[in-house]
Amino acid sequence: MKISVLSGKGGTGKTFLSVNLSQVASDSVYIDCDVEEPNGNLYFKAKDSKIKNVDVPVPVVDQDKCTGCKKCVEFCQFNALAYVGGKLKIFNELCHSCGGCSLLCPENALKEINRTIGKVEFGFSDGIQIKTGELNIGEATGVPIIEKLLEDMDYSKNNIIDCPPGSSCQVMESIKGSDFSLLVIEPTKFGVHNINLVYELVKIFDIPYGAVINKDMGDSKIAEEFCEKNNIKILGKIPYDEEMGKLNSDGYIVAKENKKFEKIFKEILDKIEKEVRL
Amino acid sequence: MKQLVILSGKGGTGKTTLAVSLIKLAKNKMFADCDVDAPNVKLIFEDTEILEEKPYFGLKKAFKYEDICIDCGKCEELCRFNAIKDGVVNINYCEGCGVCERFCPVSDDQGRKAIRLEDDSSGTTRIEKLNNEIFSNANLKIGNGASGKLVTEVRKNMYRYKTDENLAIIDGSPGIGCPVIASLTGIEYCVLVAEPSISGIHDMIRILETSKNFSTKCFIVINKYDNNFEKTNDIEDIAKEKGVEVLGKIPFDERVVRITNKGKPVVDNPDTEAAKEIINIWNKLKNRLNIVN
Repeated sequence: MKISVLSGKGGTGKTFLSVNLSQVASDSVYIDCDVEEPNGNLYFKAKDSKIKNVDVPVPVVDQDKCTGCKKCVEFCQFNALAYVGGKLKIFNELCHSCGGCSLLCPENALKEINRTIGKVEFGFSDGIQIKTGELNIGEATGVPIIEKLLEDMDYSKNNIIDCPPGSSCQVMESIKGSDFSLLVIEPTKFGVHNINLVYELVKIFDIPYGAVINKDMGDSKIAEEFCEKNNIKILGKIPYDEEMGKLNSDGYIVAKENKKFEKIFKEILDKIEKEVRL
Repeated sequence: MKQLVILSGKGGTGKTTLAVSLIKLAKNKMFADCDVDAPNVKLIFEDTEILEEKPYFGLKKAFKYEDICIDCGKCEELCRFNAIKDGVVNINYCEGCGVCERFCPVSDDQGRKAIRLEDDSSGTTRIEKLNNEIFSNANLKIGNGASGKLVTEVRKNMYRYKTDENLAIIDGSPGIGCPVIASLTGIEYCVLVAEPSISGIHDMIRILETSKNFSTKCFIVINKYDNNFEKTNDIEDIAKEKGVEVLGKIPFDERVVRITNKGKPVVDNPDTEAAKEIINIWNKLKNRLNIVN
């Protein structure tokens, strides 16, 4: 099973939900796809993780072979190549690794080499398999790292995907092929506005979905009305709780620390499992 | 004109909440919402006059013409983004690189290939006026990959209307990737909104590192600082060590949520502790940026 946890808005509790659901689920795999700001392993502190670099192909030029025909420069849609001062220059950060330039070069002056843009770490914590990715500082896109995190997924396990914020290409990559999407809603004007974006996204991908209202301070009407209007099932509400907030901000997994909190997440997980079986 | 961007690395630390208050406090400025993925500034400033609204064509996408196609499978074989499967283009995966078009072996009598790049809207840009001030913003189309380009466009749109303003305030997006890089490029000042939590600190360090690639002077504001005093101390220690000034510490205040839900900036209720601290932060900023406002 693949459950993706998303919210549109940042800071609504995606990681909080993902970490704690992974904690209470049996045979679970926690996968942190927020590779720009990966935080899940700050909670799990997985030991003896295997680290692998994530590389993307980028072109290098053999200046002796290059005749300056500029066919590659004209072709590149991303302006990653420029011919300046009688030499071909390559801007790696702009390259999308499409391979077009080296394919079309009439002189075979371009070939591809690997460039590291980040890494993935696979480990275990307390029986839970932890997969996290990290984009290097200054890099533009983490999509190749997300692809690496999600390849060879074992669908017989409970895979819980902690998605990046927003609704862009990286979120799309993360939710592909999910059996269920959990929408984490913060009951604020901003939270509801942004959940609408990911709600549209899960509909486009035809993924079954349900919502959890987080930081419920007793007045979550704004979120409840949105769910009711759009026929989104609310699978649970997590109350705003100072003790829970403090534990979480200190890096503790709240479901592990307190039976009362564990129960909240177990109930949500049960409901998700029921929805998936439907 | 001085330019100030509000960033945080981690999402939901209070970028927009702080930004809309600073926008309310600052005079003689222009402003932009560069969180094109999840733009929320508009929710607070609804009463605007729209000057321009148009689709933005950031990236082209592949479109296939079955009447020309001979099903040779070349495009599918060469596409690195798995955007063509069993002869069908999935526009959501297409990055608009043009490899398919370049290597398509057939074309019609006008030389048009069976698969070719065409304009595709990446979102909508808007330039609005609020009480005579320019507000530039945009919506990225869901699932689109052109967020960085769109951020650059939103900033350009704002500057097109520049007259004698002395400040531009830009609300940024979470993360450290392309939209953030696009909103930091060429900006002199940045306020990082940090949250006193293990994640908040981790992400603040990553955005501080990212900003080092630019000639941007950073300041830190700690939001909801009283939710975790130890972590607030940690942030202050890190700031000191990295030579970044902490401009202020905003306390947690339940009323902030209520005021924001009503569509108002926090500083509209100046008696709240949060508003008092934001006003204090703004006064320091005016001084640091050396603007008379």
